[in-house]
Amino acid sequence: MLYTGTDWNFSILRNCFHAIEEIAHNELGLETFPNRIEVITSEQMLDVYTSHGMPISYPHWSAGKRFVGHENSYKRGLMGLAYEVVINSSPCISYLMEENTATMQALVIAHAAFGHNHFFRNNRLFREWTDPTQILNYLEFARSYIAKCEERHGIRAVERILDAAHALQGQGVDRHTGNKRLDLKHESDRARERRAYEDSQYNDLWRTLPDRETDAGDVNSSDTPIGGLPEENILYFLEKNAPRLEPWEREIIRIVRLTAQYFYPQPQVKVMNEGCATWTHNVIMHRLHRKGLIDDAAIMEAIHSTTNVITQRGFDEGGGPGFNPYALGLAMMNDIARMCENPTEEDRAWFPDFAGNGDPLGTLKHAWAEYRDESFIQQFLSPKVIRDLRLFRLTDDAAQPYLLVDAIHNEAGYRDIRRSVAASYDPGSLAEEIEIVGVDLSGDRVLKLEHRTRPGHLLHATDARLTLGHLAELWGYGVALKEIDSQNGKELASYHAA
Amino acid sequence: MDIIDRRPNPHGKNTENRRRVLARARDAVQSAVRTAVAQGRIRDSAQGNTVSIPADVLHEPSFHRTFEQGVRQFVLPGNREFIPGDRLRRPPGGAGGQGGGEGDASAEGGGEDSYRFILSRDEFLDLFFDDLELPDLVRREIAVATTTANQRAGLSSEGSPSQVDLGRTMRHSIARRIGLKRPKPERLREIEAEIEELEAKKPLLPEAYERLQLLRDERSALSQRLGRIPWVDPVDLRYRRFTPTPKPTTQAVMFCIMDVSGSMTEKMKELGKQFFLLLHVFLERRYEKLDIVFIRHAETAEEVDEETFFTDPRTGGTVVSTALELMIDIQKARYPVSQWNIYAAQASDGDNIASDTPIVASQMAERILPIIQYFAYIEVAGSGAIIRNDSDLWRCYRGLAETHAQLAIRQVRDRREIFPVFRDLFARREAEQLRGA
Repeated sequence: MLYTGTDWNFSILRNCFHAIEEIAHNELGLETFPNRIEVITSEQMLDVYTSHGMPISYPHWSAGKRFVGHENSYKRGLMGLAYEVVINSSPCISYLMEENTATMQALVIAHAAFGHNHFFRNNRLFREWTDPTQILNYLEFARSYIAKCEERHGIRAVERILDAAHALQGQGVDRHTGNKRLDLKHESDRARERRAYEDSQYNDLWRTLPDRETDAGDVNSSDTPIGGLPEENILYFLEKNAPRLEPWEREIIRIVRLTAQYFYPQPQVKVMNEGCATWTHNVIMHRLHRKGLIDDAAIMEAIHSTTNVITQRGFDEGGGPGFNPYALGLAMMNDIARMCENPTEEDRAWFPDFAGNGDPLGTLKHAWAEYRDESFIQQFLSPKVIRDLRLFRLTDDAAQPYLLVDAIHNEAGYRDIRRSVAASYDPGSLAEEIEIVGVDLSGDRVLKLEHRTRPGHLLHATDARLTLGHLAELWGYGVALKEIDSQNGKELASYHAA
Repeated sequence: MDIIDRRPNPHGKNTENRRRVLARARDAVQSAVRTAVAQGRIRDSAQGNTVSIPADVLHEPSFHRTFEQGVRQFVLPGNREFIPGDRLRRPPGGAGGQGGGEGDASAEGGGEDSYRFILSRDEFLDLFFDDLELPDLVRREIAVATTTANQRAGLSSEGSPSQVDLGRTMRHSIARRIGLKRPKPERLREIEAEIEELEAKKPLLPEAYERLQLLRDERSALSQRLGRIPWVDPVDLRYRRFTPTPKPTTQAVMFCIMDVSGSMTEKMKELGKQFFLLLHVFLERRYEKLDIVFIRHAETAEEVDEETFFTDPRTGGTVVSTALELMIDIQKARYPVSQWNIYAAQASDGDNIASDTPIVASQMAERILPIIQYFAYIEVAGSGAIIRNDSDLWRCYRGLAETHAQLAIRQVRDRREIFPVFRDLFARREAEQLRGA
């Protein structure tokens, strides 16, 4: 027996970890990054929330805003805190709350340190987009670099760049041109070298020269065209081409861009990631119980808490209209495992590839490694899960005074529903297609952007105007954004900022 | 695998970020703070407070789409009765789900329309007084009367019997008794009982006799020892010690005097209230205990509570000296100068019965100004006299103000002027002091 009752101490934690590791590695064959478990208080958990789960962050007022928000709702009892937070890094850091019972600590170790960890290490998106061995160093570098900039140039000057760069964070990722996994180590070295070079070249005499009157003949002389347009990565474009930015300002934009890129995969695999972790902890807790390592009370508590997490409320039962990623994820994982071992006729017809193959673990691991939410749902959402969750589809035609139910959980509706659920997780259809299409360097230097969309799916006007203002701030000259109907090229709306 | 206990790590990681967000939203928070003060009663205004500011001040914009027209589809869980073709009424406030149209970005900025800060009392007042630049200015201005008070200062081995610290004394006594091996009285009683028993036996056996001798020796030794080692010795005694320490008087009283005669309109009273409020909040910062006395006057003066002071209308002529007289009486009865810092603020339209003005002048010069820390007189606009700068009271006070630094007089026409005037009152004094220095 690993422990009894609810109290835990560090040796219990250690023993639980080893028992769970035994199951995860040897019985389930999970591959994980090395683990680091950190025990934190609720106040520290609020800090972790504030920095998106990252242990290190540079100071910015927006973090204070999130902190105050979380703190208020926590103190007023509107929000509970998570039992754990896990970071995609190597070593993989799991934060455990000190208030957890012994069972909860075991459960979240299984959930985070093995479930999520396996997913981080194996899922294609994370493998391609993130460099978990370097992220902590890079964040450390980012923080010290920004602190140094604040020292040299003042908080206001740094905040101006950060505010603007944050606004454009969503447009800081190369979605379509493919991504080379970032070499973050190289990144911080690069900046260090550059700074050392600057310092070695620094001569106070230059400061005494009178300012030049014009910007003409600047880095981007007027007849050098900017190549590579159209460009969807606005932050990248600014970092490379904005005529008026100082080198340190470009570096800050780069920091924001690379951080945004690091977080890019996370929302695309939320359902799978949570499904994977929940399925894993569920299996591990039951095996611990079967081996006699935890008592009946503990497994009851584990089941109870899992059930709380995976509750999917109906659309009319409050709790928001969306899906609970834990619920959908676990339901699908469980269903895949079931189909591998006890398929029905229906399953065989829908999933001839793996129904009845007798290898649930292999099938799941393949899914965890190769898919993201959208493709995973498209491939694996089964009629049974659709029936269990009693899904139905609404068509919202703004021209009609009503919403139309056009598919339910029946033979005719399965495929429609599956397609729609998958589409709602499709980053391609969720993200705005905004591109820099041109700039006239010899003329007024106005940066031209286009948003390709459909009528009725326009940008939020106020926000677009504000964001464009930030963009103009970085670009240094005027900026114009046109919203274009992607079907017929008609202009739907336009914004200017100077 | 490592397990690290992070709990002892330094806390307050986000203090800096919190400070920054406050700084960023300063204007908005400041106006929210001012509103909170303006709405609250004087008493409540300076407690720790929750202020709400409009969310757009801290809004982080981004490009994101909204769904306005066209067609979208989304899937919801929990169908109970719907079949294809059912038509549902559109729920109020847009469509029932966010399935297709909106990205993650909207969830962050969209929903909240206000943002709540819980400010500590100091933060609250800092923001409130911020643009007045007062705190540093006036810290030097407010004279702090000091008194001495007895303060506990540990223990001493001598003192008056009434200050014996019984617990300490007994602790020492026990330690000493154990240390010196003082015999227990019970042991003595046991021996005596045994001796008595032995003595009662008539034919005394030799062993018993020896035993008796032994016990008698022990008894005399014990009782000697018991006599020599007292139960409580003077060395055990401990007394609570007090030392007189100078203590700044942390209490102040603030007299709010307002003219409620017929010539004062509601608007003018409101101006007065604003000023009283400011002074109160300001003094509240400085003193642990702050009393407020509300005196209103027309032909006669009376002390009233806050509610009545601000709301209950009264009419009549104006005799200012009655209010000052009442103030002096109350001060004498309840607020001796040795223990209280005394402040007064007077709001009036400047009217006074001509015959009363010399009385006021002598009251002020002889009885009020010598004992007061600060007397602020606010003349609120309304009568033509203020334009000509020669209302009865104004003329009277102007002469006094030239010779008494603790009397400050100002005219206020509009609500907007209250803050500047308040600052001006204190700033002027500093300037004067600088000139004097």
